[in-house]
Amino acid sequence: MLVYLLRRLAQSVFVLIAMMIVVFFGVYMIGNPVDILISPDATPAEIEETMARFGFDQPVYIQFLKFVGNALQGDLGRSFVHGEPAVQLILSYMPATLELAALGLLFSVAIGVPLGVYAGYKADRWQGRAIMTGSIFGFSLPNFWVGMLFILIFAVQLQWLPSTGRGDTVEVLGMRLSIFSSNGLQYMILPALTLALYKASLVTRLARAGTQEALTQDYVKFARAKGVSETRILFVHVLKNIMIPIITVLGLELGSMIAFAVVTETVFAWPGMGKLLIDSITTLDRPVIVAYLMLTVIIFIVINFTVDVIYTLLDPRVRVKGEAA
Amino acid sequence: MSVLELRDLQTHFFTDAGVVKAVDGVSFSLDEGEVLGLVGESGSGKSVTGFSILRLVDPPGRVVGGQINFRGQDLAALPEREMRALRGNKIAMIFQDPMMTLNPVLKIETQMVEAVRAHEKVSHAAARDRAISALDKVGIPSPAERLAAYPHQFSGGMRQRVAIAIALLNGPDLIVADEPTTALDVTIQSQILAEVQELARDTGTALIWITHDLAVVAGLADKISVMYAGRIVESGPTDAVLTAPGHPYTAGLLGSIPGHGRRGERLTQIPGMAPNMAHMPQGCAFGPRCPHVSDTCRGSAPQITDYGTGRGLRCHHPILAAEGAA
Ligand SMILES: Nc1ncnc2c1ncn2[C@@H]1O[C@H](COP(=O)(O)OP(=O)(O)OP(=O)(O)O)[C@@H](O)[C@H]1O
Ligand SMILES: [Mg+2]
Repeated sequence: MLVYLLRRLAQSVFVLIAMMIVVFFGVYMIGNPVDILISPDATPAEIEETMARFGFDQPVYIQFLKFVGNALQGDLGRSFVHGEPAVQLILSYMPATLELAALGLLFSVAIGVPLGVYAGYKADRWQGRAIMTGSIFGFSLPNFWVGMLFILIFAVQLQWLPSTGRGDTVEVLGMRLSIFSSNGLQYMILPALTLALYKASLVTRLARAGTQEALTQDYVKFARAKGVSETRILFVHVLKNIMIPIITVLGLELGSMIAFAVVTETVFAWPGMGKLLIDSITTLDRPVIVAYLMLTVIIFIVINFTVDVIYTLLDPRVRVKGEAA
Repeated sequence: MSVLELRDLQTHFFTDAGVVKAVDGVSFSLDEGEVLGLVGESGSGKSVTGFSILRLVDPPGRVVGGQINFRGQDLAALPEREMRALRGNKIAMIFQDPMMTLNPVLKIETQMVEAVRAHEKVSHAAARDRAISALDKVGIPSPAERLAAYPHQFSGGMRQRVAIAIALLNGPDLIVADEPTTALDVTIQSQILAEVQELARDTGTALIWITHDLAVVAGLADKISVMYAGRIVESGPTDAVLTAPGHPYTAGLLGSIPGHGRRGERLTQIPGMAPNMAHMPQGCAFGPRCPHVSDTCRGSAPQITDYGTGRGLRCHHPILAAEGAA
């Protein structure tokens, strides 16, 4: 178990290094930040001075080594625009994105699991088919379109929920969060639902496939032979078995949920990391872009790692094999 | 009083390749405390018969005809809700494969307690106590601790004991045991056989013991029904059937058991294979493999006829008692 985790850790470090190279040179290629940093009527001496201050006059590899050196100390540069350290800037936007992703994840499980289990149970009936057809919409409708549709229906027409912004926040553990204030929660529902839709479809399909498979197993038949009710068979015997793959996939998807909240955040003007990224790209705020990409990679790695651990805890068979190893 | 009486049970599978008559007119009856051995080759329809009694045949299979009289009520016509109340309560089943019957992600405790609480409003603690005594009865050491274990922490033999313990939990009137010992090694097999036999005798539980092995039922069953291609071809008291089989198929099964019959005699095998159930032969289903086959057999399928006391036989050319002994 420990050996396995250590090996995973080593892999992660390798991924991190590879990402540093890709991110740095990738971003280095796009545009010249000097154009934005320096006013067009600056004197050559001023330009020279600015270039030197940001280190742009150095050869690329020197810049890269400097970048790596600083990165190892947790310094990914200062935002050209905000003047703050990029990492700090992103971290200050992070809670908003995290809470949105968390609520989205919750929604996708709360919607997807019951629908999927039911669709698997009624696979050959119209109920099962209807749910599957519905999930195709969840897969194929673009995020921004769904977001705008939600705004149109629930905010503009019905006026049930606010459309944009973040609402009231409460300070929890030093982070400002909306999820714990009822007003803030109202602001979260539409963007979280939008974000959840794709994942909910995914969970529905996973749960359906798993349920269908599990229902053919002898242990289900044996549970029936014991006289256990169908509800209990579905939501204890089957669910406990299918949660393992669902949690794995969802855990992995949490990363992409955070990373790709970009569109949803933009549509709902949700002040999270995604919106910050879009803003930084338009202003060519290189350190922020680089820091965002690096942090995203780290988030992915941490999540994959956590999923592995949860997975071992969920499946008693893996757990024992691990202990024996 | 008869606990179970099957009358002309028909269970068919409606597959793309055609209708498979897995059970095609099976009848037998069982009294309290009686043990019936249901014997036949692989694919003869033994398991499907067992599942039909509990109404647990999976689609595309369906019980399409006949009666399943259990203590006077016809299970084939019972609403699903009432059927569920009987399953695991008055009628229990032990499955063929001990490795697959327990849920891998639930503790033994969960799986036993739910079997009690599905039928009785008792506390978790009371159900747990009953689970412990059931595990104790089937010979599982330190049952209280073992309750916290998961199925994979048990060996195959132990798992089958757990499944048997689950079948005993609610003191059923009838247990359908589907080759419960086939997957186990011989010593454990005879151990479990002896235990189950004792339990049936003590509690008056009627038992249907499904197996493909005549040797297993010889010491266990009061009576035997031999199944071939979805039908009972011979039935009767165990001793009578085993000493003087009337059907060439029964005789063939006996001839293939080592140690049966006289020393030095060669083991015989029934030639050919069990028929494809989707394309049954004309006339007698056993005809193509039978040493005594005649035109009569090819022309029409034989009906069940009385053959001595308490015996039934489905054959145009029964082996005469004298011939069988010769
Ligand atoms: N799902 C199914 N679809 C189609 N036919 C089936 C299905 N299940 C069973 N059958 C048919 O029913 C017949 C009897 O099967 P059954 O499982 O009762 O045999 P068995 O006597 O228990 O054999 P074994 O000793 O191998 O367990 C099979 O030969 C097969 O043709
Ligand atoms: Mg079988």
